[in-house]
Amino acid sequence: MFLTITTTGTPDRPATDLGYLLHKHPGKAQAFSTSYGTAHVLYPEADEQRCTAALLLEVDAVALVRRGKGKGRGGAPDAALAQYVNDRPYAASSLLAVALSGVFSSAMRGVCRARPELTARPRPLHIEIPALPARGGPALVERLFAPLGWTVAAEPVPLDTEFPEWGASRYVRLTLDSETLTLAAALRHLYVLLPVLDDAKHYWVSSDEVDKLLRAGEGWLPGHPEQKLITSRYLTRRWSLTRQAMERLELVRLAETDDSDVAELDNAVADEAETEERPTPLAVRRREAITAALAAAGAARVLDLGCGEGQLVQALLKDTRYTEIVGVDVSVRALTIAGRRLKLDRMSERQAARVKLLQGSLVYTDKRLKGYDAAVLSEVIEHLDLPRLPALEYAVFGAARPRTVVVTTPNVEYNVRWESLPAGHVRHGDHRFEWTRAEFRAWADAVAERHGYAVEFAPVGPDDPEVGPPTQMAVFTRTAGHEKTGATGSTGETSSTGETSRTSGTGTAGETSGTGTAGESEKEAKAA
Amino acid sequence: MSETTTRRERVLPVTDLSLVVLVGASGSGKSTFARRHFKPTEVISSDFCRGLVSDDENDQSASRDAFDVLHYIAGKRLAAGRRTVVDATSVQSDARKQLIELARRYDVLPIAVVLDVPEEVCAERNAARTDRADLPRRVINRHVRELRRSLRHLEREGFRKVHVLRGVEEVEHATVVTEKRFNDLTHLTGPFDIIGDIHGCSAELEALLGKLGYVDGVHPEGRTAVFVGDLVDRGPDSPGVLRRVMAMVTSGHALCVPGNHENKYGRHLKGRAVQPTHGLAETIEQMAGESEEFRQEVREFIDGLVSHYVLDGGRLVVCHAGLPEKYHGRTSGRVRSHALYGETTGETDEFGLPVRYPWAEDYRGKAAVVYGHTPVPEATWLNNTICLDTGAVFGGKLTALRWPERELVDVPAERVWYEPVKPLRTAAPGGHDGRPLDLADVHGRRAVETRHAGRVAVREENAAAALEVISRFAVDPRLLPYLPPTMAPTATSGVDGYLEHPREAFAQYREDGVARVVCEEKHMGSRAVVLVCRDADAARRRFGVDGPTGSVYTRTGRPFFDDPQVTEEILDRLRTAATGAGLWTELGTDWLLLDTELMPWSLKAAGLLRGQYAAVGAAAGAAFPGALAALSAAESRGVDVSALLGRQRQRAEDAAAFTAAYRRYCWTTEGLDGVRLAPFQILAAQGRSLVELPHDEQLALIDRLVDHDATGLLQITRRLYVDTADAESVRAGVDWWLEMTGRGGEGMVVKPLGALVRTEQGRLVQPGIKCRGREYLRIIYGPEYTRPDNLARLRQRFLNHKRSLALREFALGAEALARLADGEPLWRVHEAVFAVLALESEPVDPRL
Repeated sequence: MFLTITTTGTPDRPATDLGYLLHKHPGKAQAFSTSYGTAHVLYPEADEQRCTAALLLEVDAVALVRRGKGKGRGGAPDAALAQYVNDRPYAASSLLAVALSGVFSSAMRGVCRARPELTARPRPLHIEIPALPARGGPALVERLFAPLGWTVAAEPVPLDTEFPEWGASRYVRLTLDSETLTLAAALRHLYVLLPVLDDAKHYWVSSDEVDKLLRAGEGWLPGHPEQKLITSRYLTRRWSLTRQAMERLELVRLAETDDSDVAELDNAVADEAETEERPTPLAVRRREAITAALAAAGAARVLDLGCGEGQLVQALLKDTRYTEIVGVDVSVRALTIAGRRLKLDRMSERQAARVKLLQGSLVYTDKRLKGYDAAVLSEVIEHLDLPRLPALEYAVFGAARPRTVVVTTPNVEYNVRWESLPAGHVRHGDHRFEWTRAEFRAWADAVAERHGYAVEFAPVGPDDPEVGPPTQMAVFTRTAGHEKTGATGSTGETSSTGETSRTSGTGTAGETSGTGTAGESEKEAKAA
Repeated sequence: MSETTTRRERVLPVTDLSLVVLVGASGSGKSTFARRHFKPTEVISSDFCRGLVSDDENDQSASRDAFDVLHYIAGKRLAAGRRTVVDATSVQSDARKQLIELARRYDVLPIAVVLDVPEEVCAERNAARTDRADLPRRVINRHVRELRRSLRHLEREGFRKVHVLRGVEEVEHATVVTEKRFNDLTHLTGPFDIIGDIHGCSAELEALLGKLGYVDGVHPEGRTAVFVGDLVDRGPDSPGVLRRVMAMVTSGHALCVPGNHENKYGRHLKGRAVQPTHGLAETIEQMAGESEEFRQEVREFIDGLVSHYVLDGGRLVVCHAGLPEKYHGRTSGRVRSHALYGETTGETDEFGLPVRYPWAEDYRGKAAVVYGHTPVPEATWLNNTICLDTGAVFGGKLTALRWPERELVDVPAERVWYEPVKPLRTAAPGGHDGRPLDLADVHGRRAVETRHAGRVAVREENAAAALEVISRFAVDPRLLPYLPPTMAPTATSGVDGYLEHPREAFAQYREDGVARVVCEEKHMGSRAVVLVCRDADAARRRFGVDGPTGSVYTRTGRPFFDDPQVTEEILDRLRTAATGAGLWTELGTDWLLLDTELMPWSLKAAGLLRGQYAAVGAAAGAAFPGALAALSAAESRGVDVSALLGRQRQRAEDAAAFTAAYRRYCWTTEGLDGVRLAPFQILAAQGRSLVELPHDEQLALIDRLVDHDATGLLQITRRLYVDTADAESVRAGVDWWLEMTGRGGEGMVVKPLGALVRTEQGRLVQPGIKCRGREYLRIIYGPEYTRPDNLARLRQRFLNHKRSLALREFALGAEALARLADGEPLWRVHEAVFAVLALESEPVDPRL
């Protein structure tokens, strides 16, 4: 919320020309009202040798929160702005950029009616921003400003001096120096790069955002080595709008209940995956292996348990042998994205009848999942805490009991082959465990034994002679006839030692079957 | 109508739950008959349905749609257990067939009432009605012909009662009497002793009856024995068992439902060919020594048995092989088959025996179902069902259940009378073996019955969010028997400089008629619920988990610590303290459920603290020195910035106060060193919810627990008792709060001493009201909230939704605890716990 611009001068080019350039008189303190509070311009020093203009934005934090409420012009309420505890009143954020363009609009355009000859001439500039939020840290600040002709000093601000172990905050104290830039260029750099560094979710998007960027970036953005990053971050706000639209406020509230960040709970869908489909070769291999297994099993009605964003569902839909495809996920966000990917609302009725997306959970039994030919659990089990795995096992193998179950999971042995993966790390932040081949086999064999399935294993991806494949797959097939029943207690093992040959299920002799013949039915029959 | 016709007053018995099909030509008087004998809502007429779909009651082209509607409505009524009368001609067998199928689908009796009225009468009546005047005579003629043709076939078609009324006279003078179903004994309240499968074990039966207090088949206190069937086969003395049971039933001291073994023996007695397997040969042989007369009595006895009974106001269902709720009190061959044989999956096991469908796992009914049929080593409750077949004939024991006491009484078998085909397994059908809950117990829009606040509704989107969090992050539901409710803050204060102040809290309780309250120090940590069992064995016994001895979880059910060993370490220290304090014996329990606060806050909320609070402090700390210097410099140049400078100085001070406020919540911990746990309520112990225990008694227990902790983990909760009507006492309460919060304390919670208190009007009062300290509120409302213009705006906050939410969640939490204490099935406890979490995702101002 605070920055200073200093210039130095000589008697023939006095520093106080800054006043003309900025259109603000060095002898006065002026206040301007902006959408987020009052902006003040004042000069701590102003003489021929040295003149400093300070821009101070008084942000009204309470008003910010109240503004966030309801669906006003700003679109959906923004969770981050809805906090009274907010860095906006202190940090040189995108709000300051907005104020900058409002207060110094003609200076930014390079217009100076009183002294037009001043605008085109570079002058010594020294800019200080004491609290600049900078995602990417001092290094990125350097990379953004240095190519533009600035000498950059970006010093990280510690998070809390009483707790040095917490390290640096996301703020830097920034000073920029240049002898070669015009004031207008400097202001335009700040106008674009402050929000780029801020990179917060809470920025305001208007439809002419691209135009604004083009205008402010004229003359410097096209040749900038970080042009791609600048453009994408500046316009990321569009994506965050889509993200916001999908934000599950219920989950936001549950996170608040637990004093945790919503990203801790609402992380079923990776952020970057929202923007574009980037199938890594392994994901493709996996899908091929799964569809091959399903085809070999002759499955027509298939469950994709933990369907995520619906890539597999989409692949299966293209193959008419699958007459019914049900995608199940616990994340409503994932299902929303899957629905959008499949264009469910625009699908023909005949196609739509083949596919269904359901919110469900694999740690509860679910009657809707009974009676399918096959179920796929692709990269799902490792997202459950190990103690909850028996619940999934029973829900799938004990209760839903499809004829075929395909399970894929990472092979942790292979992790040493991932160059980018630090030793000992799992492949995904939400992986609660990753198994070796032996561990996976032990689990799968035991599950098969307990629930009456036969199981076969297959590698997915290059099968490294030493550490095996990156993904391991197990295909379970229900054994016909003699059903073994679960060691977890199970359906039938207590089946009576009594007369069982005449149960309604087997229906021999028709003595008891179905709706009852006259002799066997209730007394009331005779009462008529 | 001839005057000389003798008046015949027919009495037509009609079962209370049945599908009554009126059969008669157009104009035969069906609607009049229905109106006279049934409630208007019981009758659905095809004419009315025609009108619904086509705006014309006589539009025959709309018949197909009209009957769809009629069948749909009838189906809904029958599913809900309501007698339904179909007023349509139903003269064609096709039409009746659909109705019989409908009755069977809902397992109710189809009853036909035929109005056989002469064609001329029908024609005359139709002619008199303007809307039917042009109905061709041939139509009526056809109706009458079809009806006559049908008469002989009605019983064969499947009608279980057929009443034919011939002529106008008989129709006019008939009366309908409602009959109860034979299985409906809801008026009998017992008390009962329900006895499991006997299989000819006469000696064991006599021993058990003696143990239960019966003297020669009669209980001196008037109790009624109920036999679940399988009296015969395999054992040494089936005739003896039959003699005893039949005598008790005949004299009204017992009830009996049939088992599959009686059923088969009954068929044998009727001369049908049956295989003498599974112990039937023994019965036949033993009975050969009895008189023909006795065999005849046995035949009649078996023939007269009703498949199942609904007893004690609908709270108890007894049958042989278990019965899903939808069949309770229903009457059909299918129901009988289920009651006698149970349901199988169609698969067979390694012994070649059919695999039983685990119906009890799915059971969610209100009535307790007591049954036998499947031998188990121990009778255990599962989802409000219990199997009493403890394999007496296989050398197990003979078991009885006392109702409503729910006590088990058993006697051991004298010996193995019959070798089982396969060994008895250790688990009861679907016992405590880690079976997951069913999605239908929690998913979608729901209403949870609570004893303290009636039905609490859960919206679909909130249930969806809770499902996501519970499924992905929560501890095992068996170790998650409770979630704490949210708490409303005190009414917004008008006291200068304060947003919250205890004055309002005391006033509110006084207004609610609460004289005595306790003020409890609000700890500066995170809420943690702790379930601690005396040992791993107790955890296994009560909660069915293998390994952990309890759980420590957050307000959303997530494990507090990633490392299970840290959890166990905390549990261990608590266990030691509880042992030292003698709480296990005093409360007669081997587990405790505690509501606590775990400190420091930074332990769990580190992300929030660093990402938000510390960050704001850091930004402010970096920005202000420069800004203040610039303003001072400008002022010394003579620029008028004094007002702005003053404001900025104030803001800098506020920001510093904010930083000081959050820093109090942070300290460094190493393992459990530096961690503090402040229990403030014992929520439940074995067989007992303690949510209604007055807070002074609660705190006395807690104090002893804390006293017996030598490790420094447990921390006391300071408290002050206040008399809300005594100004002096209230002032002391306010001073205590001022003093505590002045030293940086978070504030306090004011609770009615009686814990669960209602107003005179019977309204539940808030179980607690929080009064948060002035400095603490900076981390809620922002560093500068105390500035007068900010306070003025912030005072406009709306507490009603928060208060209502707090009460609803409190009622759900108390419900979960009550269900836990009553030993109710897991799904019932989980239902209430899940609902608390779902409600937590309702939209409410998060700062309240």
